[in-house]
Parts: sequence; C-alpha cells; structure tokens
Amino acid sequence: MLTKRLIICLDVRNRKVTKGVKFKGNIDVGDPVELGAKYSAEGVDELVFYDITASAENRPCDLEMVKDIAKNVFIPFSVGGGIRSLDDMHQVLLAGAEKVSVNSLAVLHPEIIEQGAKAFGNQCVVLGMDAKRVGVSEKIPSGYEIYIKGGRAASGLDAVEWAKKAESLGAGEICLNAMDTDGVRDGYELEITDKVAKAVGIPVIASGGAGKPCHIADLFAKTSADAALVASMVHFGDYTVAQIKDEMSKANIPVRKIV
Amino acid sequence: MERFIVVDYNAGNLTSVLNAFEHIGANVKASRDPSEIAEADRLVFPGVGAARSAMETLEKTGIGKAIVEVVNRKRPVLGICIGCQIILNSSEENGGVDTLGLIDGKAVRFQNEAGIKIPHMGWNQVELLKLHPLFEGIPNNSDFYFVHSFHPAKIREENALSKTTYGSQTFTSAVCKENLVATQFHLEKSGDVGLRVLKNFSTWSGK
Repeated sequence: MLTKRLIICLDVRNRKVTKGVKFKGNIDVGDPVELGAKYSAEGVDELVFYDITASAENRPCDLEMVKDIAKNVFIPFSVGGGIRSLDDMHQVLLAGAEKVSVNSLAVLHPEIIEQGAKAFGNQCVVLGMDAKRVGVSEKIPSGYEIYIKGGRAASGLDAVEWAKKAESLGAGEICLNAMDTDGVRDGYELEITDKVAKAVGIPVIASGGAGKPCHIADLFAKTSADAALVASMVHFGDYTVAQIKDEMSKANIPVRKIV
Repeated sequence: MERFIVVDYNAGNLTSVLNAFEHIGANVKASRDPSEIAEADRLVFPGVGAARSAMETLEKTGIGKAIVEVVNRKRPVLGICIGCQIILNSSEENGGVDTLGLIDGKAVRFQNEAGIKIPHMGWNQVELLKLHPLFEGIPNNSDFYFVHSFHPAKIREENALSKTTYGSQTFTSAVCKENLVATQFHLEKSGDVGLRVLKNFSTWSGK
C-alpha cells in the first residue's frame, strides 16, 4: 500500500534554515545540509528546500547548496525559490533535486509548468501555492485566493481553479500552503486542503499549521491529502520524526517504516 | 581496476545515482561512450522519463547494443526505473515501442482506478519473491521510493524478484535473470534500504 508521506520543509535564507510565523519574524534554526541529512537519517519521507529570499533579491536559487544537499540526502527532495526560467529548473535538477517547485513564476507565466513537464516529466514539476482566506466571492468561489512573491501580493486567482489549471498544464504535484495557519501550529487548514485534493488527480501536499502529531493524523482522517508538510514542530525540537510516524501509525495511517 | 560504469544517456537522475555510489564508497564512472560502456565490468543504467525517448536515445547512440553486450558477457548489470522497463520486450508507452528484450515481459500503464493517482509516487512496500544477493540484509516488505506510471507485466515466475501493490493492482516491482537485475523503484532515493541494495550490487559477482 502506498504510504502517506511526511515531508519536512526547510526555508533557507542566507544558507541558514529559518522559520517564521505567517511568513514573518523568522528565527534561524540551523544549516540546511546538516539538517537535511539529519532528518533523512531519522526517517522522514521527503524534504523540501525553499530559497525564500532568492525571488525578492532577484537572484537564482543557491545551486551550490542544492549540490551539497544531494551529496548527503538519499531520499527525494524538491527545491523552490528563485526559479525564473526553464533553464533554472534544469540547473536545479542537474544539481541533484528530484523536483522543482514553482510558485510566483507559474502564476505570472503559467507556460513554465507546461514547458517543465514536457522537458523533464510531470513528476519533476511541483506547483507551490500560497492560499489566503479571503471569503467567498464571485471571483474567488473557493474563498481562498492565491498570493505570490512570498505572500506579499494578491494574484486574483482562486485556489481551486488555479490548482485545476496547473494540473491541466502538467504539474505533477501541488504543495498547498495555507497562509493563515502557517507557523501557527494549531492544525492544518482542512477545508481548502480537501477542496483542492478532491478537485485534482495529482498528489496534494498539505502545508501550514502542523504543531502536534495529532494534527497530521487529523489531516489524513478528514481530507484526501497525500502528504503532510511540517516545519516548526521538528525544527524547534518539539517532536521527532519517529514520534510523528508513531502517532500516524496509531491512527491507522499507512506510513513508511523506519528500518 | 574494475570498470564500474553508470550509463549517462540524458535520462534524468544521473547525479543522484552517482552521489549514492560515492556515498557508499563505490568507485563509479559516468559514461556515454558506447565502446567504453560495452567493456564495463559492472554496469548500472538508471533513468526517469519515457520508454520511447529512452529507447530512441539508446538506439541512436549505440548505447543499447553496448548494454546488451555487457549482459551477454555475464557481468553484473543493474537497471533502475526506466532501466527496469527497457530490458523487457516492449512498452505500451506512447503507442508502443520495442525494447531490448533481455527479459520476457512488457511495460504497461496502471489501470485507472478510483482512489489512486497516477503516477504512482511515494513509498510503497516491496515483497521479495525469492532470495537474491542484492537484497541481502533487507527486511521483507521494506518501503522503497517509486515514481512511475508504467510497470513491468507478464513476467515469467522465474524472473519475478519482487511484487508491490498499488490500489487493487499488484505488479512485479523488480526482475532478475542471471547477472541482470532491475528495480522499478529508485534505489538511489530509498534511504538506507536503497543504499544497502546498491552496496550489495557493488560487490555482487553476478551469480
């Protein structure tokens, strides 16, 4: 049976892993290469690295960091942040990442999803989306709007419509970050996660809000999400990968066994 | 020194495979030169992507012939993912394509089924159907990492090394024949169990 994936997200700024609340007030928590290797050894199923200042600083993703991660991490990992072109995607994959995550770029230039999927395969292209609760309106029927540029700018796109469009363009996976619950550690935003997961036929990773292992069990019990992304709850030492997986097992969620 | 070669045919995940072998201390060389590949003492051909484009590259470059030569010389050969599909007789992908025909069988697409998503992506259990030196030290039903839409089918019992179930569909997830072994799952991305299989391969005699 395919297991539900536990993914750890490492936001990287100036080559340090950092974590904030609702995209603000970031605290540095360690070296991305060391932390990636540590989490990998502890049995996490996948890692996500975001170069969170690359876009704002208008520079490419830190490829040397990606190469260092790839030499030390032997589980799948994706990289996002600072992807501006098909060539940038190619460079990230050549550096050793399995998948490339596009977010703002895909909103501004949706054709990048199609080009990336054609060139490297659908499974390589992850659509990252930051969704903010704005209330249901004619323009935003799901009640969740897509924000870009690290949560700084509204895009006018509806979260569910955008997810469907990205799938039709060839995205292989969607990482849905609920901005209202990001870093709050009070549980995932179940409503929008389930709406998106049911609207598309590609895997959906829920992100934003995990604070306790029970939040992850709750996510899989109540939504069709395929994977749970966590950050704060492991970065600040509150829980280990083993503790989270243990809770998932107890809730009868199929998990990858740690050998 | 042993000529341990990883085939480079523009099929994606070469870096990951090279990094994994470096990590376990195996001295490998990436090559796209068919004459060099044909003389390998030990060979790995990885790959992600589509069977048709992979076969086109293998035929156009002469690398396909070189791989067959190494297999026929009874040297240890390991295929990964697309490498597990192109050693069969054919693949259904993109309207059908003849493949290397080293092991009887064909690559077919998962059937659409409520509740499963295609590609099959993530960690799934690998049930070993026989003892094999490559899986020494690997607990049965260990989880390995998969990313694929097509899988081996119509494999003879003697060539079926493992099976895996996705939704209601059970498929052959690794095949073997004498000195040739191939896994549909990504050994280079399957954490400790994957590294252990690669380590076992790096010292396997091929018998």
